[in-house]
Amino acid sequence: MTHQELLEIYERMVLSRRFEEKAEELYAQGRVTGSLHPYIGQEAVACAALLRRKPGDLFTSTHRGLGHCIAGGMDVRGMMAELFGKATGISGGKGGSMHLFDPQNGNLGTNGIVAGGTSIACGAAITLKLIDRTDNVVFTFFGEGASNEGVTHESMNLASVWKLPVIFVCENNQYQVFTSAMESCSVQDISQRASAYSMPGETVDGNDVLALDAAFRKAVGRARQGEGPSLIEAKTYRWLGHWPGDVFAYGGYRSTEEVERWKKACPIVRLSRHLLEAGTMTREMMDSIHARVDAQVEEAVRFAEDSPEPDVGVLMQHVFSEVQNG
Amino acid sequence: MAKIKYATAIRDAMAEEMRRDPRVFVMGEDVERFGGVFGCTLDLPEEFGPDRIRSTPISEAAFVGAGLGMAITGARPIVELQYVDFIMCAMDQLVNQTAKIHYMSNGKMTVPYTLRVQQGCGRGNGAQHAQNFESLFANIPGLKVVCPATPADAKGLLKTAIRDNNPVVFCEHKMLYATRGEVPDDPDFTIPFGKAALLREGKDATIIATAYMVAPALEAADRLAKEGISAEVIDPRTIVPLDEDALVRSVEKTGRAVIVHETNEFCGFGAELAFRIQGRAFKYLDAPVERVTTAQIPMPYARNLEKANVPDAARIVRAVMKTLYRDKEGS
Repeated sequence: MTHQELLEIYERMVLSRRFEEKAEELYAQGRVTGSLHPYIGQEAVACAALLRRKPGDLFTSTHRGLGHCIAGGMDVRGMMAELFGKATGISGGKGGSMHLFDPQNGNLGTNGIVAGGTSIACGAAITLKLIDRTDNVVFTFFGEGASNEGVTHESMNLASVWKLPVIFVCENNQYQVFTSAMESCSVQDISQRASAYSMPGETVDGNDVLALDAAFRKAVGRARQGEGPSLIEAKTYRWLGHWPGDVFAYGGYRSTEEVERWKKACPIVRLSRHLLEAGTMTREMMDSIHARVDAQVEEAVRFAEDSPEPDVGVLMQHVFSEVQNG
Repeated sequence: MAKIKYATAIRDAMAEEMRRDPRVFVMGEDVERFGGVFGCTLDLPEEFGPDRIRSTPISEAAFVGAGLGMAITGARPIVELQYVDFIMCAMDQLVNQTAKIHYMSNGKMTVPYTLRVQQGCGRGNGAQHAQNFESLFANIPGLKVVCPATPADAKGLLKTAIRDNNPVVFCEHKMLYATRGEVPDDPDFTIPFGKAALLREGKDATIIATAYMVAPALEAADRLAKEGISAEVIDPRTIVPLDEDALVRSVEKTGRAVIVHETNEFCGFGAELAFRIQGRAFKYLDAPVERVTTAQIPMPYARNLEKANVPDAARIVRAVMKTLYRDKEGS
C-alpha cells in the first residue's frame, strides 16, 4: 500500500470510531433512538476492504453498518441526520441506522436482517458480469452469526456455480448477540466453509490492516479475472454491546478480561503505531487528522440538530416509484 | 391476431421485452431446459443464450434476493418461481428487502423486478403445491400484484410488469397455461395495471373474479341467464393497483356483488373488496356482499376433496341467488 492509501485508511478508521462514539453518546441522551449496532473495534475490516475499490465496485452492508458506510465514503452529515430522523438524512428519515443507501458510492445498503445482503450481492454481481460486462466486484459483509443463515450458504453456492465476482467478507466478531461463535458455529474458522463451495477461504487477523489488505488483494484480483468468489474471514471483536441496551457485554456473557484484551489489540492504535514507526505519519500529522475528524463529527451533529424533521406529507411517498420506464 | 396458449403468451411477452431491452434477464429453476416445468421459457435459451436466461440452483432465497440485487443495479430481472409455495423460502428477500427498499431509501433505490409465480389448484397437487398467495402479497406495501385470466391479459400485463419500475408479483395459474385465446401480435401491445376488464354486462348482480375463477364466473352467468337473471362479470386483473372505480360503478348499477377467489377465505382479498364496495356503494346495495372462496383449510389431495373446496359455477350461482334472496328456491 502507498503511504497515501495508508493515511487515508487511518483517517477513515478514526472517523468511523469518532462518529460512532458520538452516536453512542447521543443515544444515551435519547437524541438518537431505535436500533444502533456499534462497529467499534472492527474498523480495520471495512476500511481495508473498501478503500481498495475502483469506480463501479459495489458492496452490501449489515445491521452493524455505520463503519461500512463511512469506509464507503458516505456523507457523515447525512448519516448523522438520518440517526436523528431528520429530513436531510441519507434516507430522508425513513430508514434509520439499518437502512442507509448510497448507490453513488457503490453502497447498496445497510440491512436490518442478518445475512440480508448476501443474495443481493450475488444479484449485483450478475448485473456486473452478465449485463454490464465489467470487471467490477461486489463485497458483501456479514458476521459469523450470518454465516449460519441459509441464504448465506445458498448465495455462496450460487456465486461459485456462476463464478460471480463476489467477495464474501465474514467479520467474525465472536458473538451473535449474547451467544459466542464457539457455541453457534460448527467450525473453528468460518473460512473453512469456503471449501464446501469450491472457493478459496482465508482467515486473517481482522485488526491488522496490512494482513487484510493482502487477503482482499488476492480475492479482488481473482474476482476481476472472472475466477469467481472468495471467502475472507476477518477475526475481530465487537467492543461494545450488540446494541446500547446490551448491559451484559462487559462481564456478562463476555469476561471483562476478554474485552480488555481485545481493546488492547485496537486496530486503530495498531495502525497508528505502524505508521509512526515507519515514519509514514508524524505526530503532527496524526494530531491534525484527529482534529479534522473531530471537526467533521461536530459539524455532522450540528447539521443534524439544525435540520428539520420530515414533513408528515412524505408519509405516503415512495411506496412505489412513479417514474415511467421509456 | 393469433390464437395461442397462455404459456406461449407469457413466453412471447418475455421474448419481446428481451429483444426490446438488453437489460431484461430471466432466471429461475429449470428455465433453460424444455421451457421449464410449464413451458413458459421455451426457445428463449436458444435465442438469448446463458447471459440472458439461466437456470438457478434450488435456492429460492438466493435467487429471489439476487433478483433484487440485479434490479437495484440497473438490470430488469424476471425471476420465475416454479411453484408459488416456494416463495416461503424467500420471504425475507421479497417482503423485508424487495418490497421496502424504495421506501426505506427515500426513493433512492428503484426496483424494476418481475417475479413470475405459478399457483393454484386443479391438479391434485396437495397442500404445498396448490396455494394462492395473491391476498398475502397484496397485504405487503410496495408490491404490485397481477392475476391474469386469459392469454391476452397474460401477455399485455406481463409486458407492463417488465416495463414497470416496481416489484411486480405476476401470479400465473397452472390450470390456465394450456388454455388458448386471441392475442395481439403487436409488440407494443400492453395492458395498463389497475384497469378491470368488463367481461359480461348485466344488470341484476355483479360477479367479481380473477384468474382461474373467471371461467366458472362466466359459466355461472350463463346459467343465471337461463333463469332470467342478468349477471355482470368483472375481472379486476390486478389486485394492486385495484380498479376500485370499476367495481363500484358496476355495483351501483346492479345493487348486488359476489366476489369469487381461489385464495383462502379468511382475510382473503375478497374481504377488502367487500369493504370498499360497501364503503362507497352502501346505499346502492340491495343485499350483503357475498364471497365464494376456498375454505380456511390447507388444500386436500383427493380429487373429490379438492373439487369440493374450490369455487365452481354452481356455488357462484347459489351465491348470486342469495343476493337476490332466492337461494331457497328449488332446494
